[in-house]
Amino acid sequence: MDISLLSELNKDRAARRAAILVTEMTDGRQRLVRKSDVFSADPLAEELAKRFRSGKSGMITGENGEVFLNVSLPAPRLVVIGAVHISQALVPMAEIAGLDVTVIDPRTAFATDDRFPGSTLKAEWPEDVLKDTPLDAFTAVAAVTHDPKIDDFPLMEALKTGCFYVGALGSRKTHGKRLERFTDAGLAPELFDRIDAPIGLDIGAASPEEIAVAVLGAIIKALRTAPGAAA
Amino acid sequence: MTATETISIPDVLKTAENWRGSGRSVALATVVETWGSAPRPVGSHLVIDAEGNFEGSVSGGCVEGAVVSEAIDVIETGKPTTLEFGVADETAWRVGLSCGGRIRVYVEPVS
Repeated sequence: MDISLLSELNKDRAARRAAILVTEMTDGRQRLVRKSDVFSADPLAEELAKRFRSGKSGMITGENGEVFLNVSLPAPRLVVIGAVHISQALVPMAEIAGLDVTVIDPRTAFATDDRFPGSTLKAEWPEDVLKDTPLDAFTAVAAVTHDPKIDDFPLMEALKTGCFYVGALGSRKTHGKRLERFTDAGLAPELFDRIDAPIGLDIGAASPEEIAVAVLGAIIKALRTAPGAAA
Repeated sequence: MTATETISIPDVLKTAENWRGSGRSVALATVVETWGSAPRPVGSHLVIDAEGNFEGSVSGGCVEGAVVSEAIDVIETGKPTTLEFGVADETAWRVGLSCGGRIRVYVEPVS
């Protein structure tokens, strides 16, 4: 591989841009196709689009023989809104499962390094953090503060940016009120079904730790079974 | 050790770029096809330098040794090559996959 091509690919990966490295097996020629590129005129356009959706790398037969498509999708990320008890269990489990985790909570009494040792922790408002690191389709959002002032904005952003999982803590009644606020804020009601509320798989979770398991299970289910999942 | 440290996975493509950037001769091995119960998925990488240092994996340990020695040849000749490993392969007695799967590995110089 040409070092400049490798460097370009690494830049795309660092910037969380989906890309496919195309290798002609017959002569070793290579090129990089980004999901954001207009590649409809590419002889492999259909296959490239399919691979961006499935995330699966593989060998295909092109016009001139075998072609290897190595798909590079951004690593799945989890943004947890709320440095609460549930998050203290959710964060290490999600990290072990391979998710790149960020915890956001503007309440400095909650967002302390003692409570989240070694984790990426932002003691700031979600509005401010998401300006610098926007949400995307390869990100899951779990909002667990119970406080609309903190949870509402990132949840609405998660729906607008097509996050692969959007979970919100709260009873059905709390969630009903939340949807009223989202409607008032002008959010399209057809997006509401994408919210996992009450949050997590229905496993009868009774403690914060068990709720964390239910939430992680729901995130993995969304990651691995949703159409176009970031596999 | 924190949870973050326990799960830190080496970024093989970044390593390949860094090694090359520091003047080392480098080859990149990539799993391009698998059959049966292959231990590492298609797209997995192993980066190798001319001294036989490597990072990453293409098989979880079964055939890395053979890939490394082939990669050193690739670095010398500058020509990519494709390797196949599996129990059905004639080299199985030497470097077979104990899981019973088969893999095809593309080895290319980074130049």
